[in-house]
Amino acid sequence: MKFSEEFESRFTEMLTHYPTKRSVLVPTLLYAQDEIGSLTGEIIAELAQRLDLTELEVRNVISYYSMLTTKPRGKYNVQVCTNIACMLRGGEELLDHCKKKLGIGHKGTTQDGLFALEEVECIGACSWAPAIQVNYDFHENLTIEKMDKVLDEYRKKGTQ
Amino acid sequence: MPDVSLTVDGRKLTAPAGTLLIEACKSAGIEVPSFCYYPNLPLQGACRMCVVKVEKMPKLQTACTTVVTEGMIVATDSDEVRQARKAMVELLLGNHPLDCPVCDAGGECELQDMTFSYGAAESRFMEAKNHREEQQWSPVAYFDRPRCILCYRCVRVCGEAMDVWALGVQNRGVNSVIAPNQDDHLECEECGMCIDICPVGALTSGAYRYKTRPWEMNHVGTVCTHCGDGCKTTLGVRRCDTGMEIVRGDNRDKSGINNDFLCIKGRYAFDFAHNDERLTQPLIRKNGKLTPSTWEEAFGLIGKRFAEVRDKDGGSAIGVVGSNRTTNEENYLLSKFARVVLKTNNLDHHRTADYAAFAAALHGKPGKTASMREVFNAPAMLLIGNDPTNQHPLLAWQIRNNVRLHRSRLYVINSAPIKLRRQTAGFGLVPTGAEARAIAFLAGDDSLLDSLVSDITNRDAWSALRDKIRAEQNLVIAFGSELRGADIQKLVNFASSLTAVKLICLSDYANSRGAADMGLYPDLLPGYQPASSADKFHHEWGGLPTEKGLSLPEMVDAAKAGKLKALYVVGSNPIGRLSIDPFVFSKSFVVVQDMFLTETATIADVVLPAANAYEKSGTCTNTCGDLQLVKKAGEVTGTKPDFEMIVRIADAMGFDVRKLVPFGGGTHADMGQTRGAQSGEADRHAVWLEAHNLEPKMTPFDPIAILDEIQRLVAGYDVSRINLLAGNDQHIEIAESGPSVLHKPELIVPANDDLFSSGTLGRYSHTLNSVMENKPAETDVAAD
Repeated sequence: MKFSEEFESRFTEMLTHYPTKRSVLVPTLLYAQDEIGSLTGEIIAELAQRLDLTELEVRNVISYYSMLTTKPRGKYNVQVCTNIACMLRGGEELLDHCKKKLGIGHKGTTQDGLFALEEVECIGACSWAPAIQVNYDFHENLTIEKMDKVLDEYRKKGTQ
Repeated sequence: MPDVSLTVDGRKLTAPAGTLLIEACKSAGIEVPSFCYYPNLPLQGACRMCVVKVEKMPKLQTACTTVVTEGMIVATDSDEVRQARKAMVELLLGNHPLDCPVCDAGGECELQDMTFSYGAAESRFMEAKNHREEQQWSPVAYFDRPRCILCYRCVRVCGEAMDVWALGVQNRGVNSVIAPNQDDHLECEECGMCIDICPVGALTSGAYRYKTRPWEMNHVGTVCTHCGDGCKTTLGVRRCDTGMEIVRGDNRDKSGINNDFLCIKGRYAFDFAHNDERLTQPLIRKNGKLTPSTWEEAFGLIGKRFAEVRDKDGGSAIGVVGSNRTTNEENYLLSKFARVVLKTNNLDHHRTADYAAFAAALHGKPGKTASMREVFNAPAMLLIGNDPTNQHPLLAWQIRNNVRLHRSRLYVINSAPIKLRRQTAGFGLVPTGAEARAIAFLAGDDSLLDSLVSDITNRDAWSALRDKIRAEQNLVIAFGSELRGADIQKLVNFASSLTAVKLICLSDYANSRGAADMGLYPDLLPGYQPASSADKFHHEWGGLPTEKGLSLPEMVDAAKAGKLKALYVVGSNPIGRLSIDPFVFSKSFVVVQDMFLTETATIADVVLPAANAYEKSGTCTNTCGDLQLVKKAGEVTGTKPDFEMIVRIADAMGFDVRKLVPFGGGTHADMGQTRGAQSGEADRHAVWLEAHNLEPKMTPFDPIAILDEIQRLVAGYDVSRINLLAGNDQHIEIAESGPSVLHKPELIVPANDDLFSSGTLGRYSHTLNSVMENKPAETDVAAD
């Protein structure tokens, strides 16, 4: 299993941050997922071996966190919050709109592999509800129209 | 640690500081319910059933994670507490299928008990239950997800306690699910601890599931008949068309040296008893074919032929091979029968450890052997050779958990990187066969250092290991059959140079130690008394042959030379296990007592169908020398215990069986004179019985009559009878034995069984075979 140099240097540094090796598992998984796209069996085996864990233990952690995934998902992961503040301000309508527009449901990925959609719990942007998060970027105070614009921008960026 | 005082439900208690509240309550007889808490497993605090009210603490506290403190005032059964527990049960039942009428756990289910204790039988939830089909994870493990209450006991017992780590929890919250390590199946040691420890019926065993209900069985506590560790096992038996069928093995009552531990063999591999190939009729060779016959005809023929050979060619023309799996009483009886009735010392057994050398080395050195219990508490342990994970699962469990719970230090010297190296404070990898050199090095012989060095253990590591071991003040040393003869003497010498050392000599079968202790040797009588000068037994048994008899290989040679006219094999398969040419015995009259038509039985002239160790009573001695009671659990119609068969053969030879088995008698004022070697003297046996408040046994088939004689005559076996009968293990002191003799090292032939094989028994166990077939070839060391 070959990771980028950036990953390797981050990994080496992280090992020094914790008293036990296994503690670096969660951040490492996130970095690996960002780099490869999803946590493949190969990555799981590699990290288990590096951190003296069983593959089962690594899988347990992955399955616990909804942000970690073993299946490949779209390049842009659209996470629509439907918790109370966003719900009151139209979050559910946004989600329905995205479903229609992208033609996929919760946890789905478009055929071209560009978008993934996810209904998520609070993302901590209640003051600017309704809000969504695409990968690590936030888009706030959304309406259906603004949502279309956001998606179009990502589509443009992704197909360039 | 100093005691602290606390008040629980108005009662004043004291408990050592550091005690968990739930344990302190339990010691005082106050029950605090729990699902996830399990003694000696890591704390989980998952189930919230053990909540109690502690004054001055906000909210209810979990008794399983709260440590007792001075002046603590606790209420375990207030309305508030009961209400909280009831709510927990209600939530657990929210997704529970309530299929108790078909569930294996029904009747002994902890969730059922809690529901009865706290109510909550009426559900207020309307939601559809989250159903999933049951899964088969291995030939012996099934998982029924909806029944699971997520107590994590199985995960922890598999991980921390077994060091296998094959179970985990995936997802979270209501979606949490116990998961096996290989997606949809398990790759593990198949010990079944997870199934046993499951408080509900979520994990069930392939051997037992849907077969019976707990209350329909009788439960018999006896000793496992597989390896030499002597685990106590509770067998659940049920009437069937061929007698009593064993349907379950566990040790939930935590009696015995193994607490609740059992490996796959103890838990499931009792099914050999009901194999279709089990012999249930005596077979006599007629016109070259083994033909079903009657017991009378078989005993008549054997008696006639044995007597003919003995009277015509002498006892030296008869060979006797004993068993590692028969009881001490049967071994003693066979030892006596061979010498007294057949007049021969040609007696041997499949030796898997050199107990003769062990006895010789420890002769007159009391207090030098460790019991299986001591392994769990020893501050330090040294393991030389052997692979306990595979060959001595209980020993491995004791070692592993001693390291985990008591921070004991483990040192291992082995020719392979065995799984227990994970627990070591020092590991020395030696070249194959160099264990004895490693001991010489430990004892101070530096010239051997170069021959011990390997990639894993270099010169410095060896020196460091030696320093650590020598610095131990209190050490238990267990060694495998790699050490034999003079090497054992060297080990004992080294051990004597340290402060306090106790030893364990590891052997492979359930009663290997008993076979050795009871004198199944051509030159040793019971208690390692040399046959040539055993005054005591000459006195007790009458005239005995004193010339050294033939060992098993020598019997084969004698048979080849046509000098062995008769061979009597009791519960052993030398031809199959020791690769002996079956044709060498073609001119001998061969009698075999066994459960199956083994390689040895197929060449016999008479085959007698034997009962196995689960189908008879008596005692056996484990590899450490712990004597335990064997109780009859199963029964297969048409078989007889070896004990009865030996007595019947003696009778058929015209021998007065009173001289073989001390039964009856005791009616005369002078207590006997009718029995014993020197009639006219006081009956020593009757005197001993009287002195021990025991009664004469009434039948020649009562093994306890021979136990009386063993306790009277065999050194070390005079242990507390009441404790023995109560089912407690009693450690035998080998130092009181006779001087013993040294044998050739090549007479020791290890059984080489692993976790999933068990000699002849394993071959006839469907469970073990199905697990073996299910294993991927590369996982030789289970879950390593």
